[in-house]
Amino acid sequence: MKSTMALTITAMLLATAAPVSAETLRWARAGDALTLDPHAQNEGPTHTIRHQMYEPLIIRDVTGAFEAALATDWAPKADDPNVWVFNLREGVTFHDGAAFTAEDVVFSFERAKQPNSDMKELIGSITEVRAVDDFTVEMVTDGPNPILPSNLTNLFIMDKTWTEANGTVDVQDFEGGEITFATTNANGTGPYVLQSREPDVKTVMTRNDAYWGIDQFPMEVTEIVYTPIQNAATRVAAMLSGEVDFLQDMPVQDLERVNAVEGLVVKQAPQNRVIFFGMNQGADDIEADNVDGANPLADVRVRKAMSMAINRDAIQQVVMRGQSKPAGMIAPPFVNGWTAEMDAESATDIEGAKALLAEAGYADGFSIRLDCPNDRYVNDEGICQAAVGMLGQIGVTVNLDAKPKAQHFPLITDSQTDFYMLGWGVPTYDSEYVFNFLVHTREDDIGTWNGTGYSNPDLDTMIKSLASNTDLEARNADIAKIWRIVQDEQLYIPVHHQVLNWGMSEKVGIEVDPEDQPKVKHFTMN
Amino acid sequence: MLAYIIRRVAQSVLVLLIVGLAAFSMFTFVGDPIDNMLGQERTAADIERLRIQLGLDQPFIVQYYKFLEGALQGNFGVSYRQGRPVADILLERAPATLELAAVSGVLAIIFGIAFGVFTAIRRDGFVSNFIMSASLIGVSLPTFLIGILLIYIFSVELGWLPSFGRGETVQIGNWSTGLLTASGLKALILPSITLGLYQMTLIMRLVRSEMLEVLRQDYIRFARARGLKDRAINFRHALKNTMVPVITVIGLQLGAIIAFAIITETVFQWPGVGLLFINAVQFVDIPVMAAYLMLISVMFVAINLIVDILYFFIDPRLRVDRAKGH
Repeated sequence: MKSTMALTITAMLLATAAPVSAETLRWARAGDALTLDPHAQNEGPTHTIRHQMYEPLIIRDVTGAFEAALATDWAPKADDPNVWVFNLREGVTFHDGAAFTAEDVVFSFERAKQPNSDMKELIGSITEVRAVDDFTVEMVTDGPNPILPSNLTNLFIMDKTWTEANGTVDVQDFEGGEITFATTNANGTGPYVLQSREPDVKTVMTRNDAYWGIDQFPMEVTEIVYTPIQNAATRVAAMLSGEVDFLQDMPVQDLERVNAVEGLVVKQAPQNRVIFFGMNQGADDIEADNVDGANPLADVRVRKAMSMAINRDAIQQVVMRGQSKPAGMIAPPFVNGWTAEMDAESATDIEGAKALLAEAGYADGFSIRLDCPNDRYVNDEGICQAAVGMLGQIGVTVNLDAKPKAQHFPLITDSQTDFYMLGWGVPTYDSEYVFNFLVHTREDDIGTWNGTGYSNPDLDTMIKSLASNTDLEARNADIAKIWRIVQDEQLYIPVHHQVLNWGMSEKVGIEVDPEDQPKVKHFTMN
Repeated sequence: MLAYIIRRVAQSVLVLLIVGLAAFSMFTFVGDPIDNMLGQERTAADIERLRIQLGLDQPFIVQYYKFLEGALQGNFGVSYRQGRPVADILLERAPATLELAAVSGVLAIIFGIAFGVFTAIRRDGFVSNFIMSASLIGVSLPTFLIGILLIYIFSVELGWLPSFGRGETVQIGNWSTGLLTASGLKALILPSITLGLYQMTLIMRLVRSEMLEVLRQDYIRFARARGLKDRAINFRHALKNTMVPVITVIGLQLGAIIAFAIITETVFQWPGVGLLFINAVQFVDIPVMAAYLMLISVMFVAINLIVDILYFFIDPRLRVDRAKGH
């Protein structure tokens, strides 16, 4: 009651203090874009800001399905499986008025392949991009690449003439501290035009009334004011006081509070991110445990027992306050290869777990160190603490070592941890991405996040063959086969799928995007 | 005398070098910047290339030497997070912190002296007791709690003042100021109270005790006996003599205000150097952390140096002692 009154007063005061038009979207989240150069950094919040001003050939809608952006349709060439053909949208102009043609696409892809580009890995299979005519582009890959379009949803198209005229053909050398024209200016085909930018302070964009999709999308927001607010309490306070209309990175503990305020809503959807534990099963002996001369994690029965000890429902209810979905596999539901049956393979069974441990020769249990991040995933340290207690029930004594992500992740990539937490999202929406990074044997450019020491040459061959298998049915059968092995081997202990929460004032209409990349052209305002 | 000054300056430089070395060696515990800088799709070759490019493959003493070498030429390297020269970023952020520090300093001085004088003159009044008890809040509550409390009351419940940011700013040359716009001034109120509260309490308590001390002096009694008005006694005679030690403390506190702005800036998303530093720690942005720590230590060392040298001029006994020693 009181807060309703306060809010009314707030609204009145705000209305008198600063008469803002109803179409301004005041948007806040924890961090800012690192740069505006479309190809310099491959990072979520950075892509999110770019998506308002620049466009790729294809984007994803809130269900994860492809949506035509600068390409209207795309398909592999009938007589050559190594070539993808993209038909481009006609009548599109860049913010400075220049027309968009196939030449710009060719130019942008070449730019994105430069050494300084952070996007080059995603299009590594493309050997040539050629313009057939003004509105047709062909991409040649080194062997058939059935999921190429999945890698293009964050690959933004620049205007060749503008880029050349402003001397910014080379991708910004981000690490070298280079500032180019493209770092601070933007000229895309997107629905919003950059007005001003102060890094880490404020970015203002206005509606592009010449946008090709102006009649297709709501486009009710005429101005976007984007302000990063780092402190979680301040971020929520800004939402409660009505200074912000749309909030990402909502702290879990404040969801109910925000939801209880009249005029504010919290919308949620499963996020494209699974949280799980990894175990070093490849080593003969591991350091973090108290067992000499043997590695308990190398025994699949131990791994299964540990998974059975984790009570995922309790973690969901107590640690996550309902903001998660228990997981049985390490891929989120949107991903090709995910099945409900496999995702349900994670029942808690303390007695069964104890029996399995005893069978493996660890009736008295063992002790091990768990490495956990404390500033990366939602309540990451809390999940680890809960796991400590649960594993204790079957005699596995866990010493928790929680650290900031900047210290945690190198442990995994440098193979310095035997038991660790990791979260993984799948931007390509295809299992191949998961296998490439988490299942394949660790090598220089594949299996880079596989800290388990697991190596299975047969599996590796199967994973590698996915990349060029154009027979989608056979490919999906292979994916199912690989998943079966991953599940049976208990390669990882899945915990849950993260849930994404967006806070917004009631006048903002938008559904939550599983990639956490809102596209303001879809917003309605009333 | 010159020898004394030279010695003090040499000591100060040594202190700076040691602070820098300590800070730099701590960075190895903060984590690996490479992981934050490259996306999850990066390959081993990317990591290697970046490590060499940033000079992170070299021993830290070499990195420190290179940092010092650059710093002497005003080049603090490149921010890992923003990909821009640190010197540019610091200059861009400095106005926000300096304005906030100046406003909270002025508020602390004005209210500190006013309350101090008031509570000294009306020692047993109800209002005095109230101010004295309330001032305990200023010293005992942590800054972030005061900030959050103010946000809750004045932004969330009452909706009078903004909860974050600097409001509209005006650019004058390289200086962006929020002092010239209504929203800028409104945005200053809560953070400057939060930042200045502790200093205000300190000044108030100091002024009060000094003033009580002075009011007990003989010359005040004589002044009263001569029939001077209370107003003249309190402000013309007593306050003037109270201020000498107070001014010394205020000078020293100025550095503290700038250095402690970190917490206030984080709570209010105030785009100053303190917030920059916190962002840098989270991202393992070593060049920014190093430059900030060096600047803050330069500031403190400089203030102490100036104070020492001033004492040397003001207090003749120091000079005599030194002369005897030689």
